[in-house]
Amino acid sequence: MNDQLVIGGHCFQSRFILGSGKFSLEIMKAVVENGGAEIVTLALRRANIGGEENILEHIPDHVTLLPNTSGARNAEEAVRIARLAREVNCGDFVKVEVIRDSKYLMPDNYETIKATEILAKEGFIVMPYMYPDLNVARALVDAGAAAVMPLAAPIGSNKGLSTKDFIQILVDEIDLPIIVDAGIGRPSEACEVMEMGVDAVMCNTAVATAGNVALMAKAFGQAIAAGRNTHLAGLGRVLNRVAEASSPLTGFLED
Amino acid sequence: MAIKKTNPMEYGKDMEIIDSDMMNQIIKMVKNYDYNQYTEADVKRVMSKETLKPDDFGVILSPAALPFLEELAKKAVTETRKHFGNNVCLFTPLYISNYCENHCVYCGFNCKNKIRRGKLSFAEMEEELKAIAETGLKELLILTGESRHQSGVGYIGEAIKLAANYFTNIGIEIYPLNSDEYAYLHDCGADFVSVYQETYNIDKYEQVHLSGSKRIFPYRFYSQERAIQGGMRGVAFGALLGLDDFRKDAFATGLHAFLMQQKYPHAEIAFSTPRLRPFINNADNNPNDVHEKQLLQVMIAFRLLMPYAGITISTRERAGFRDNVIGMVATKISAGVSVGVGGHKLEEKADEQFEISDPRSVPEVHRMILSKGLQPVYTDYIRV
Repeated sequence: MNDQLVIGGHCFQSRFILGSGKFSLEIMKAVVENGGAEIVTLALRRANIGGEENILEHIPDHVTLLPNTSGARNAEEAVRIARLAREVNCGDFVKVEVIRDSKYLMPDNYETIKATEILAKEGFIVMPYMYPDLNVARALVDAGAAAVMPLAAPIGSNKGLSTKDFIQILVDEIDLPIIVDAGIGRPSEACEVMEMGVDAVMCNTAVATAGNVALMAKAFGQAIAAGRNTHLAGLGRVLNRVAEASSPLTGFLED
Repeated sequence: MAIKKTNPMEYGKDMEIIDSDMMNQIIKMVKNYDYNQYTEADVKRVMSKETLKPDDFGVILSPAALPFLEELAKKAVTETRKHFGNNVCLFTPLYISNYCENHCVYCGFNCKNKIRRGKLSFAEMEEELKAIAETGLKELLILTGESRHQSGVGYIGEAIKLAANYFTNIGIEIYPLNSDEYAYLHDCGADFVSVYQETYNIDKYEQVHLSGSKRIFPYRFYSQERAIQGGMRGVAFGALLGLDDFRKDAFATGLHAFLMQQKYPHAEIAFSTPRLRPFINNADNNPNDVHEKQLLQVMIAFRLLMPYAGITISTRERAGFRDNVIGMVATKISAGVSVGVGGHKLEEKADEQFEISDPRSVPEVHRMILSKGLQPVYTDYIRV
């Protein structure tokens, strides 16, 4: 079975997207390999191109870079950061991140739509990070997004699937890859969203703050693959805890 | 001849007054803050909470919390890692002038102190900037003494423009400005402003700031707010711990930052925790004394109140302390520090403000961070 994740016409075997902002660069290669990630996000603000501890030198060559616009407080700044990423050969993928709240780091959906529209017109493969709102997701589709990246819980919180029901609505209604980004705290939660029909999962903090980072990356890779397979296989019958009524409720009907 | 003392609550000529009640709110809350009222049970109750309110923050700062320092440190490290991962940012300060017009009794730069004064010419500055940039650093903090005459806004603006050729992040630690002046320096390339209130106790503030514009308490207090209104990305807060009752000053500092974040949710918030060292052989006798234990308690309290705020660890602290608080509570550390005017490439042109306790170079600090399993970060923001 050839089950690929397709984003903006590009195909990927792995559905695990690795965030890179919170762990030590020297273990980057091992983490990518263990998790089997084919896409790695990077904050351009932290790249330090040409300088010390440049993250770009630590990401394996075969990996697709997904630069993000973190640090942007409005659409205009996000657009400028994306253009800069392209100029320094980070490719055409961009994760739009517009945040005007230093406490919860909540994405600004309105500015995100504006940035998505501008960047999509400029030929970027735009993957916007958003609070899971159906109307906003529809607007992002119209704006030319290549995927939609709803948060499961606030960034870095490891709180798991706080927005589960709203993500399910996006899975059911939006005809683009849905990639859950932020908040996933453990592999079992990644597995659960994949079972729901989400197309991929992005993780950073949950891996970076683990006792054994490389092993946790592996666990996420496996959980995401297992969740995907479960979704494709279709869950089997689930027994109800309450006993079925012994006499049928519709027995009175005549032919 | 007796010098006429001015009223520290009265604004000077040309000082901008903004419409804000934050100062009165904080002064009232600090006045009502009685840290001796809290018990072990209060500390345990607060430790079980996921997020802290200002009252809870007061509990963590209390003497009752001190026996729980180890448990609090464990809680703090979890929060720091959640928000910052392994990252520790590196920067260095550059003093471009040490002229000062204030008479602050605790400060080596004060105008009554007969020290070597000087400021860097732009050519000298360029030399210094190049030398710092060669160490790989990308974040610079430009400092001056507080003299509008010797180091005017125009001079500082030109310094920032020069620095912007070499550095991606430029912060300033200078005298308080009006919002339009902050806007000008933002346009020049700076985007982070540190202003330390020294003490939030107005009586004490008046006693230790004998003359100069720094004596005006409210103008200094509202610096951060004017800076944000002027378009700066972020602001740092701090009190000189030990100058007065450090628990009250730390409480006020935390509240100040907390209320600013509530009012300006987009603003980046950071803390610094400079302290006056206690006299030896005077241990625990003075409530103002800030030993390392108390200093760590303050840093932990800031971390738990605002887990997302940056905390810078001062070069005034010894290497052993600095090395252990990064990753636990602190997120930023200086390296290759000179606190005289110049000193990176040129010989120091003027005297230092204080003695540093950690003279390590950038590569030395870099290696130390790696040895702790942490990640040195040279740039954390991109100006577009």
